[in-house]
Amino acid sequence: MTLDILVPIILTVVGSATPLLFAALGELVVEKSGVLNLGVEGMMIMGAVAAFGVAVSTGSGTLGIVAGAAAGMAMAFVFGVLTLTLAANQVATGLALTIFGLGLSALLGAGFVGIPVAPLAKLAIPGISDLPVIGPLLFAHDALVYLSLAAVVGVAWFLKKSRAGMILRAVGESDISAHSIGYDVIAVRYRAVLFGGAMAGLGGAFLSLSYTPLWNEGMTAGRGWIALALVVFATWRPWRLLAGAYLFGGVTILQLYSQGAGVAIPAQVLSMLPYLATILVLTIIAAGPWKGRLDAPACLGKPFRPST
Amino acid sequence: MSPDPGLLNPAAWKIEPRREIPRSLLYATPLLAVVLTVIAGFFIFLFMGYDPLLSLYHFFISPLLTLYGLSELMVKAGPLIMIGVGLAVGFRANVWNIGAEGQLTLGAITGGVVALAFWNETGWWILPLMCGAGILGGMAYAAIPAFLRTRFNVNEILTSLMLTYVATLFLSTLVYGPLKDPMGFNFPQSRMFSDSGLLPILLEGTRLHLGSGLAIAIAVAGWVLMTYTIVGFQVRVLGQAPAAARYAGFSGKRLVWFCLLLSGGLAGLAGTFEVAGPIGQLIPVISPGYGFTAIIVAFLGRLHPLGIILSGLVMALSYIGGENAQVVVGLPQAVTGVFQGLLLFFLLASDFLVRYRIRRRAIQAAPDGQTQAAEGAS
Repeated sequence: MTLDILVPIILTVVGSATPLLFAALGELVVEKSGVLNLGVEGMMIMGAVAAFGVAVSTGSGTLGIVAGAAAGMAMAFVFGVLTLTLAANQVATGLALTIFGLGLSALLGAGFVGIPVAPLAKLAIPGISDLPVIGPLLFAHDALVYLSLAAVVGVAWFLKKSRAGMILRAVGESDISAHSIGYDVIAVRYRAVLFGGAMAGLGGAFLSLSYTPLWNEGMTAGRGWIALALVVFATWRPWRLLAGAYLFGGVTILQLYSQGAGVAIPAQVLSMLPYLATILVLTIIAAGPWKGRLDAPACLGKPFRPST
Repeated sequence: MSPDPGLLNPAAWKIEPRREIPRSLLYATPLLAVVLTVIAGFFIFLFMGYDPLLSLYHFFISPLLTLYGLSELMVKAGPLIMIGVGLAVGFRANVWNIGAEGQLTLGAITGGVVALAFWNETGWWILPLMCGAGILGGMAYAAIPAFLRTRFNVNEILTSLMLTYVATLFLSTLVYGPLKDPMGFNFPQSRMFSDSGLLPILLEGTRLHLGSGLAIAIAVAGWVLMTYTIVGFQVRVLGQAPAAARYAGFSGKRLVWFCLLLSGGLAGLAGTFEVAGPIGQLIPVISPGYGFTAIIVAFLGRLHPLGIILSGLVMALSYIGGENAQVVVGLPQAVTGVFQGLLLFFLLASDFLVRYRIRRRAIQAAPDGQTQAAEGAS
């Protein structure tokens, strides 16, 4: 296989990995704080529709990206009010967020179906971006791709080195202890949940502004759920998450190229691959020799209400 | 400091968990959630530029004014109730099967394949055989997350959901491929089932079929199961007090299997009922999201089989109301999903009132009262 073919393949992998990376990285921080938000799919699709709508209406991709992140955050805020302030069941609330988001996005986006949008501009560096192979691979993506990679570095640093990150992990490992030594558990978790919403929104924005770039009802197609699985796959570590997202990005686009190569498998069977791969990976992670050392935050999914 | 701390001062209020959950509140809050959803709907319609009262009328009331509308309500409530009852048993035991949509699809496929195998024959035995196949199909599909959870401790939420996407694609493979009607002008659909493969119609001129009636019977059976049997008792104990369940020697793994097979089997049967009832053949999309909506049905019905009959009817109204409002007022169909999500939000929020009690702090002697207020504010 020559480089001429390989380069576009890798570029497609980057495209399909980036939304997963955004959403999963946000959820990783949320889960590290002890909260399980199953509404990633709902936040992501709201991000996609908001970003698309604003970008089409204003003609500005940047405003679209901001709107996507804001829409994800708004959804996350609803989740926060229910699960953190009102101590509602996190699983049920997350499901409600997804059902609500899929419905509301279809409602808001009804007028945008079939409308084209200018894809996000590639950040090109004259000269360097024109280099063969290296140019297109490293120096010709749009801003969101670089932002997603920077976010991995940022989150890894935040969780491991920063004081706020340590407090966040403490809150996720033992909410009662963190509360009793004076940390505001609910406030920390609110911030984490809002960050997760913004990241899911950015993932959605990337889908509708760069990957397709189009708006379609239900266009996230389960990517929010795959992002949730990726967090488990990565055993709550940002760098493994990066590897996982690109691995899954590869599986997702396998269907495109095997069809192009004339493999005689029905298209639907190939479309099953990412979902089956998710199940397989979850099983391997749970059954492997490292089981028991998965490092799931100890308070994951447990509601907390400070006793007053 | 003002002489009266005032009702707005958060320190004047105390939120404490209730020791006992009052039944009246437990059953009143779903009603409150429905009312709040209708009020929210008023503002959504207003905001979207529709006449809110007219829209609400065509969404919630006019579908109920005709016999046909009522029969359609039952047709849609049937699968919601059947699946909701099965899911509720699992939710009580903290088994989160959210892939009922996939199990429904599998049940539609297995039941449908039996009907298509005998498409040219007649006989009373075809329908029971289809139902059996549908139940087994749904159970087999739910067995995958059950096996992965009990053997490898894999989270059943993610696996059952992923399998939903796989099931939809599998059905699509079949109706575009091997099961496509050879006389069907290449449309992605199977042959029509023979009359022996169709559920009898209960009410002439409507689509009300035997499956809707059976759904009610299944809910009653679910109530008996949960209230009067050992298994039902074990499920309730496992959900409420896992430590006590372990101490009593209940097998957690067996209950996971039980919950997933029960909910999967019921979802599979609901799938067979859909293809043998209103649809009559296999097509690429069997259900408008019944498997997901049934999750809301289960919660709205307070995980109680009889409550689920009522909540199933309410959620069925959100479907036919959505269709009706689309035809009459021109509202987008997506309003249904928004209402369903809102309803669950309001229900979960009003649960706070059930589990916690908000009381006014007794304002005591000044110094003591101040320390209390300081505590509350920190």
